Amino acid sequence: MNVPTLTLRQVRFTNKAFWRNPPAWFFTFAFPLMFLVIFTTLLGNGSVQVGGKEIQESTYYVAAMAAFGVITACYTNMAISVSFQRDQGILKRTRGTPLPGGAYLTARVIHSMLMAILLVVISAAFGAAFYNAALPSGVSLLRFIVILLVGSASFCALGLAVTALIPNADAAPAVVNATILPLLFLSGVFIPVGDDAPTWIQWVGRIFPVRHFAEAMGAGFIGTPFHWQDTLNVAIWGLAGLLLAARYFTWEPRR
Amino acid sequence: MTERAIDVRGLHKSYGDLEAVKGIDVHVDVGEVFALLGPNGAGKTTTVEILEGYRERTAGEVSVLGFDPASGSRALKERVGIVLQSTGIDPFLTVAETISLYSGYYPHPRPVDEVIDVVGLDEKRDSRVVKLSGGQQRRLDVAIALAGDPELLFLDEPTTGFDPTARRGAWEVVKNLASLGKTVLLTTHYMDEAQYLADRVAVIAAGQIVAEGPPSTLAGRDVGRTHIRFRPDPGAELPPVAGGDASRRTDGWVEFESMEPTRALHELTSWAVDRGVELDGLEVRRPSLEDVYLELTGDQHPEAQPEPVASGRGRRRGR
Repeated sequence: MNVPTLTLRQVRFTNKAFWRNPPAWFFTFAFPLMFLVIFTTLLGNGSVQVGGKEIQESTYYVAAMAAFGVITACYTNMAISVSFQRDQGILKRTRGTPLPGGAYLTARVIHSMLMAILLVVISAAFGAAFYNAALPSGVSLLRFIVILLVGSASFCALGLAVTALIPNADAAPAVVNATILPLLFLSGVFIPVGDDAPTWIQWVGRIFPVRHFAEAMGAGFIGTPFHWQDTLNVAIWGLAGLLLAARYFTWEPRR
Repeated sequence: MTERAIDVRGLHKSYGDLEAVKGIDVHVDVGEVFALLGPNGAGKTTTVEILEGYRERTAGEVSVLGFDPASGSRALKERVGIVLQSTGIDPFLTVAETISLYSGYYPHPRPVDEVIDVVGLDEKRDSRVVKLSGGQQRRLDVAIALAGDPELLFLDEPTTGFDPTARRGAWEVVKNLASLGKTVLLTTHYMDEAQYLADRVAVIAAGQIVAEGPPSTLAGRDVGRTHIRFRPDPGAELPPVAGGDASRRTDGWVEFESMEPTRALHELTSWAVDRGVELDGLEVRRPSLEDVYLELTGDQHPEAQPEPVASGRGRRRGR
């Protein structure tokens, strides 16, 4: 079998195993929706200034939680599950077969991206039904698809790269949360960061990919301006993640 | 000359200052079952993992089916099956799905149900991996290694943790593979396993091979000393051939060794018949593979040069 066929076949088996673990998939999908309900209930009555436009906070959170969902499905899940498979020796076993390592990891990335897309669709439907979120259409939809694909692929690559910092599966959730949670807060995903926020927070948003990704996703849902620079920033981080993963990724347990 | 599946010359492997493998020369012929024996930390797994392509060697020449395993060649991996010491399997796939997943990686896989049958997991065919017992998962490990119909199989301690019945079953699997002309490189802690399965064994200690040969003649065990023992009444007189009271053990047995067992037995039994005593529990035996192994690996000092053959220190059985 050639490599693309092997990769797709690997995606099918990954998918099969994924759906047989109901607690894992249920919470992957329920988590962002749960946060959406909590945040809008607690904070959703006001409005927020984003890019010079007044937006209902409840609508804002539909976009933010869709972005959060993608980051969870790609960065968080990828880093934790791959660390676990590395500890279990599943990666080492695979390494001893003719399956190219790249095909194995690409299959995992493709599967995570598919799950991220499904999550966004669910969030959008939920948001449209309950929170007046606009659904992207026309050119806006095309741009939305681009940022969704670039963003999910990039966060997967960063998830693979961060496994190099994870000594064992027990430490995986701690390392992953320590790297992503502060960024989620400082990038306006959980609490809107207005134009009047401290400069250093603005800079965190400008440098790291989370705010760029969330704003590009938001453009699709809430009609704020779409900037290609956001997509570019996310793509550069994704590329950096890929290069770091290619250099530092290990197939064997690190104990 | 017979074709060689594995050829290793002057293999060295260092981890920093630690020299784990100190110049190993070994070969495995095509169709042979070869066992690598040795205590934990002797360099067994390091050696095998170099052959499997998981580790890079520090020095030496290694050829596996004509390939350098360090190249990571896909063409080589297609012809090799590996059972590692401990590796996980996706818990949510069934036995049949798992084997089918792995067999898809190979150009000429064995039929899935045939592989399931070979390792005796027919009844668990559609069970998820998470529901299998430890022994069943180990058999699935072997099944995965067989999925691609490999010419060469690496088995790293394949039966550790098996109950005796499961071990017998696994042995039959390996015997069957051997009868199909497959080459098997086995590492094990179990001497009976090596004795039963291997055409040749090598004992590795402190990073070097200290003995090599067929299990029945390893380190001269077929021509070496014979152990003779019996259990006299406490305080009874001992025959001169037995070497006096020094050979009397605290558990009441008298045990001695002889290079001339025929003469020794003749002297012993004549002595007993003359006195009309019965030699209770009389036993005559050759050193077992385990005796030889313990002698070869027993007194390893990191600096000491291991001797190639058993020395005559008269070590007792280690049990």
